[in-house]
Order: sequence, then structure tokens, then C-alpha cells
Amino acid sequence: MIGASSIRKEGRAKVMGTACYTDDKFVPDALHGVTVRSQVPRGILKGIQFGEGIPWGEFTIVTAADIPGTNRVASVVHDQPFLVGIGEEITHPEQPVVLLAHPDRRLAEKARKAVTLEVEERPAILDIQASLDLEQVIYGTHNLLKEIRIQKGDPEAVWASAAHVIEGEYHTGAQEQMYLETNAMVAVVEQEAAGLRVTVWGSLQCPYYVHGALKQLFGLPEGQVRVVAMEMGGAFGGKEDYPSVNAGHAALLAWKSGRPVKVVYDREEDLACTTKRHPSRTRLKTAFDAEGHLLALDVDFVLDGGAYATMSPVVLSRGALHSASVYRCPNVKVHARAVATNTPPPGAFRGFGAPQSLFAMERHMDVCARKMGLDAVELRRKNFLRMGDTMATGQVIREDLDLGGLMDRALEEIDYHRKRTTFAAANDSQNPIKRGVGLAVFMHGCGFTGGGESYLASVAGVEGLADGTVSILAASTEMGQGKNTVFAQIVAEALKLPFDMVETAEVDTDRVPNSGPTVASRSTMMVGRILEDAAISFKQALVQQGFLKEPYTADGFREAVAKAVATLGSVKCYGQYHRPPNIAWNDATYQGDAYPTYSWACYAAEVAVDLDTYEVKVEDFVAVQEVGRVVNPTLAAGQIEGGVAQGIGWGLWEEVTMKQGRMINNQMTNYIIPTSADLPQIRVVFLENPHPAGPGGAKGLGELPMDGPAPALINALENALGPLRLDEVPMTPDRLLGRYEEVTHG
Amino acid sequence: MAKQITLKMTVNGTDCVVTVHPFARLLDVLREELRLTGTKEGCGEGECGACTILMNGRVVNSCLVPVVQAQGAVVVTVEGLAQGERLSSVQDAFLTYNGAQCGFCTPGMLISATDLLNRCPNPTEGEIREGLAGNLCRCTGYAKIVDAVRAVAADGGAAK
Ligand code: FES
Ligand code: FES
Repeated sequence: MIGASSIRKEGRAKVMGTACYTDDKFVPDALHGVTVRSQVPRGILKGIQFGEGIPWGEFTIVTAADIPGTNRVASVVHDQPFLVGIGEEITHPEQPVVLLAHPDRRLAEKARKAVTLEVEERPAILDIQASLDLEQVIYGTHNLLKEIRIQKGDPEAVWASAAHVIEGEYHTGAQEQMYLETNAMVAVVEQEAAGLRVTVWGSLQCPYYVHGALKQLFGLPEGQVRVVAMEMGGAFGGKEDYPSVNAGHAALLAWKSGRPVKVVYDREEDLACTTKRHPSRTRLKTAFDAEGHLLALDVDFVLDGGAYATMSPVVLSRGALHSASVYRCPNVKVHARAVATNTPPPGAFRGFGAPQSLFAMERHMDVCARKMGLDAVELRRKNFLRMGDTMATGQVIREDLDLGGLMDRALEEIDYHRKRTTFAAANDSQNPIKRGVGLAVFMHGCGFTGGGESYLASVAGVEGLADGTVSILAASTEMGQGKNTVFAQIVAEALKLPFDMVETAEVDTDRVPNSGPTVASRSTMMVGRILEDAAISFKQALVQQGFLKEPYTADGFREAVAKAVATLGSVKCYGQYHRPPNIAWNDATYQGDAYPTYSWACYAAEVAVDLDTYEVKVEDFVAVQEVGRVVNPTLAAGQIEGGVAQGIGWGLWEEVTMKQGRMINNQMTNYIIPTSADLPQIRVVFLENPHPAGPGGAKGLGELPMDGPAPALINALENALGPLRLDEVPMTPDRLLGRYEEVTHG
Repeated sequence: MAKQITLKMTVNGTDCVVTVHPFARLLDVLREELRLTGTKEGCGEGECGACTILMNGRVVNSCLVPVVQAQGAVVVTVEGLAQGERLSSVQDAFLTYNGAQCGFCTPGMLISATDLLNRCPNPTEGEIREGLAGNLCRCTGYAKIVDAVRAVAADGGAAK
């Protein structure tokens, strides 16, 4: 079962158009909720005016003053209000101030525009440098949302004596997740004997995050809040933390109106207001000996965290922990900061900080190779981590790691060496089309960072049903990645049952335990492992209670379960995360095993640049990775292909344009994601190396493919065009033209 | 409130009469009046293709079609592709090849792929990529979608 390309469980409903996404849910008598937002980046809210020509008496209106519980969104830090109240500070231009609901969607939209806010404006901080320079203090005492330091050895002692010391600065832009389904939420609030009961159905990755947020917003106990995950039209991290906000808004309107409320963002609102990938600036300083061995690395990593902490502390952590990439280095210093600006807070997006710091390091390796007159492939090979080596946090590589072999496979697939030679000759001609190949080698830590998994202590289980089949109980959500299918494969394998006898239960907090958020490439490896354990306990319990005898057939198992359910009423078994014995992490010193393991990869890209238009075409793309054992090869390849496409978009085209803290290209027409015509067939290779911590040897893979494309593409661009200041993504035609002119016009 | 108008359409082979706001979009009439929620809204501005349907045999973005233009039209949505429980060859290939991940682009993509294969039964990879370029997908990188369409062509086309 593990290793088979089983067909996606919910695939049939998806191709028939019957899969039920949030806005497809039929809700009789629902009101449509809309959000009035601040519009200015910083100021004090003085008043709210309701304009002429709107029948305000027909509207449900919610402001901060109405909130029954705590007006703070439960998150890593509880700093963000659901609504800004009069007299309070506005800290970014898309901040929710007033909620309106009406049965007529068009009228609700018209009313939203008729509300005006009186704001005493204050000077705003709109970028990383202004925040670091403390032009205004807008958060805490130093505008710092989070600061992390990692130290190994002493780089300061190396600079003076090293053969080569090379510095570089790299920038990455914001990126929109652009899930095809915008954020959507339906809420119902009922008055029960036990008190209020709040239920939401929504497009959300993490039901228990939303559950926690609603409890705090209404001041309710555990059992009075219910969150149901509907079919989800993509997420990529964009529905990790934001749904706590819009679920709260829908629930407030439902509570005040006494009617069901639907809040469905249109694309413009979704793009302007919801979370994105953090913009970054990375300064690197590296020392090498005469042969090119890396002796010291100093990393200064800064993320633009927007107006509130949201996910920034953890995004920063993952970025910092990936900043040395896959290289052995005796002396490392990392200083990482997430700084506040008066912009809508960024949040989670596939890769979670790692694409930013890996772009810098993998780009820097090519720059260093050029400056030292070495081959970029051989420079990497000299410095790769191997078994027994120690990473920056002191984590020892305990697996048999062969990054050289992984890289060689990618080079061979893309025919790297031959292309380098033929392109170099052809690029000398007058032809405006210049070609190049480039690569990046990188890793992605599986599961939560540091002590995160121990802290979560996730629970998941299996339940026997009356018809003798088995149901999986986990709060992990399906967003297209394939968890319904992969979980069923893992449990079917553990129980030696056919795939069809195992289904996943609807993700409803009334029914499923908290298996943790659906993020961090953790579902297959972490939750899958818990399910594997739960399934085995389930089977053992059936045997011990005398319902089942081993060996058994599928029919025998079905009868045993049916009989157990008939006799006992309900049969369930839960498992819980246990920290593997050899893993240790100290959050105070940032020392120890940052992740239980890593997935490893080498991506290679071939590009053609047209010097008449500065358009870049991706001619070929090879993605070679080691992700432990592959549970479902077809679904896994789909994850890699999709992630690579997003990575290519981030590297070349996807630009968020900001003005006064607001995204101004917030339409699909103006924010360009790749179409089928823009991409080559992405070639995916898995090298399998089963890992003992994962179910059946599997590791995480969902985020990995986001990390490699941008540096591989920009390295290929440098190969095509020669040394330009290619230090930033997206490298749009405009930006590339600018970089080219720096060289040609001095 | 503007006056409502009444129109007739044939949707997935069934004659329907709807009474709607004259400026309503065909997309909303399909989703809200006829409860055919398979057709999706991804952008509302003709960019993403999630709302793609066939109207009088031609592919259109239903978010851009005022419903008055659909008076008397023959409309096919994703719900009209299968024969009862039997999937069309294009649906079947999307299922087998993992052409649908989150599934939100899928209804529109299936309509465009069906139309492409009807017009061009043996498309090259380039023709498939060009033919589907009006339907955005954020999950798949299009690889498995292209595989699925190619497989249908190799197996005798969309009509099979
Ligand atoms: S919703 Fe019609 S094209 Fe996007
Ligand atoms: S499958 Fe998710 S957008 Fe295409």
C-alpha cells in the first residue's frame, strides 16, 4: 500500500463538481458579511460615520465595542485586534474596523463604501530599513517582532587570516499564495441552555487554531465552539493563521444578528488584506581557504513582519535555521530579526522563511565560486554536509547523506556540463537569445521547528465503524496535497487492509482530536506516524478483546470490527506524538536538533533570455530529491511539480507592488502567476532512503520544492548573461533590464 | 430594487426557467438559482478560468457573461460532463493522473480540456499548454493536467 499511486480519495467528487467548498454550502437565510478597513497605514481612530442613502436599520453592524470576549486574535503573540476601536491605534491600511451584514450582497458592498473613518494620521514605517533605523517606534521599543541568534565557533577570529572573504546582500519580495479559492467562512451562533454555541464552516488549514481564536473572542469554554473544515481550494500556508481573523468576523456578525453569516472575500480583498510571504534582506559574509573550504559564515537575516507578530517568530526561526544551507562550516554566526512595518502582516507560505535564506546562500555560493575562480559545482561538493558533520545549532547529521550523488543525478538529467560548454560558445554570437544552466542544493527541515512537536503533543486516532470499515480521526486538513489518500494508505498498510476499507472522517472539532496544524510538511511524517501507531494499537485491542485472530483476511477484519462496534458501541484508538529519544532542543540557546530530520534536494534549471525584451523562458527544469520513502509517487510528484511552479513564479514574475503600505496590483490581471504556457514539463526524480522516524520510512515533502527554483534560475541567468548584480527575486524583465544597464552603461 | 426578468436556458440537457436580476452574472445564476455549484469563482474578472462553461458550444468565462445574453442558450457545466455515474474520458483521466489537487480550478479546466480535445483531437504538448493557458491552476504546475489530456488523446479523444 505504501509506495502505490492510489487514487485520490476525494478525487471523484472533485472531477464531478460535487465537492463542497465553503461558498458552495447552501445556507438558507444567510446574511452577507463585509469588512470596512482602515485605509491609512498609521493613525488614531477618532470616529466612524455612516453615510447617506443606505438603509442602515436593515444592517447588522459590529464594532470593537461589541466584542463579548477578548479583542485579540489568539496566535504566537496575542497582539492583533479583531477590530480597531475608537481611540485605538491603526497600524496598517487594511485593518478591520467595522463589520456589516445584510441579506443583499450588492447592498452590503455599497454600504461598505458608505462608511467613512475619522483618523488622526501618524507617520508610518513602510520598509525594513526605515524600521531598523527606528525612524518611528511602532512596535515595542525597537520595532522587533522577534530576534534570534545562533552561534557556533567564532567567525570573527577567521576573517583576518582567511584566503578569501566574500560578502553579499540579497533581497526577496513578498509573494501571494494565490490559492484559487479565496478566503471564505460561514458562521452560526446559537443560544443554548449551556450558553452560546459558535460554529464555523470554512476554508482553513488549522481547525484548532480557529477553535482557540473563537474561544478567546467570545470567552467560551472548549465544548461551546465547533470548527468544520470544508473542501479547500488551495492554501499553501495562506489559510494557516488568517482564518482565525475572518472566522471571528463571521461569528461576530452571526452572534449579533442571530442569523447565519457568510463572509466570502472577493479576489481584490483577498489579495490586499490577507497574508503573504515575508519580504527579506540577507547579508552574508563568508571566509574560504585557498582550496575553497568554507571556514566561516556570518548571516544577517531580516524579514519584514508587517504590523503584528502573527507567524513571524516561527517563520524567522525556520529561515535562520536554513540559512547555512547544506554546508559544513566550523564557524557560524546568525543574527535574525523580524521587524515591524505599517503593512498588512505577512504569514505562512510554503517554505516558511527557508526560501528566503536559502535563496541568499545558494545564490552566494555561485557568486563566491566565480570570485574565487572555482567551479560552482565543485565548490559545493567540497563543502557538503556528510554523516557525522555538525550543523550551526550543533545538530549532528546521523543519516547516510550523499549530497554529491544527489547533485550528480540532477546534473546528469539536465546534461549540465555539455550545456555549459555549448551555451558558452553560442552566447558569444550576436543572437539576442542567451542560454544558461544553474543549480541549487538545499534541504527542508521536516515538522515543527525545535521543540514545536513536543509542545503540540498531537493526537490522532482510528475508529471502527458499524459496517466494519475504519475511519481516520485527525484534524489535519485536505488542501489538495493528498492527506486523505496518504493517511488511508498508511493506516491500510499498518492494518494490512485494502485501501478502500479506510476513509478519513470529516474534519470537525466535535469529532476529531487535535493532530496539530496542517503545516510545516508535518502531516505525512508526524501525524502519519501517530496514525501508524494508533492503527497497530487498534488491531492489538481487537485481538486482546477476542474479536480478531491473526492472521486475518480483509473480510475477517471487517466482521471483527462490526462485531466489536455492535458489542461495545464505539471502538477507537488514539496515538500521541512521542519525541524520539535521540532528539534534543534548547530554545533559549538555539542549540540542538532543530528538526528530527531533513529532506534533501538538488534542482537544476535551464533558461533562455531574450535581450530584446528581457523575458526569461524556463526551457527545462529537473527536481531531484530525497524525501525518505515515497508513500504515493503520483501525489508526491504532483506536490513537487506544483511547488516548483510556485518557486519559478516567485523567482521570475510574481511581484507585489506596494504603495503607502497597500498592495496596489491586487488583481489576478496584474499579479502574474505561471500559466501552462509559461512552464516546461517539470522533471521529478525521487531518490529513496527510508527514515526510521516516519511512517513506512516517509519524510516531509510539501514545502521542499519551494526552496530551490529561485536560486537555481538566477544562477542559470548568471550563466547566460555573465556577472550582473543578480541579487534579488523576482527577477522581472524590468529589473533584469536595470541590472543589465548597470553593467553596459557603467 | 430593479425589476426581475425571466429567461429560458437549457443547462446540461435540462430546460430551465429563471427569474433573476437583469444585471446578474451567468455564474451567479448557475451557482445560486440553479445550485450548480461545480462552476467556481476565482477572480470575477475573466482572468482565472475557474468559471469556464460551454455556452452554445463555445467556451466562455461565466463571470463575464450577463445572464441576459444566455437567453435561449445551451449551457454545459462540469455537472454535465458525466453520464450519470459514468465519468467522461477527460474526467476519468484527471482522476487517474492526479490532474486535480485542490480541485478548485478543475471544473473550468475540464471544460476547457474537453473543448480543446473536441477541436483538436491529437494536440501536441505545446498545443495543450496553449489551449489551457486561460485556466490558472496554482496546485499542479500543470504537469499532471497535461499528462491527463495527452492520455485522453492517445486513447481516442474526449468523445469516447
Ligand atoms: S472567475 Fe471567471 S475568469 Fe475567474
Ligand atoms: S488543482 Fe488547485 S488550483 Fe488547480
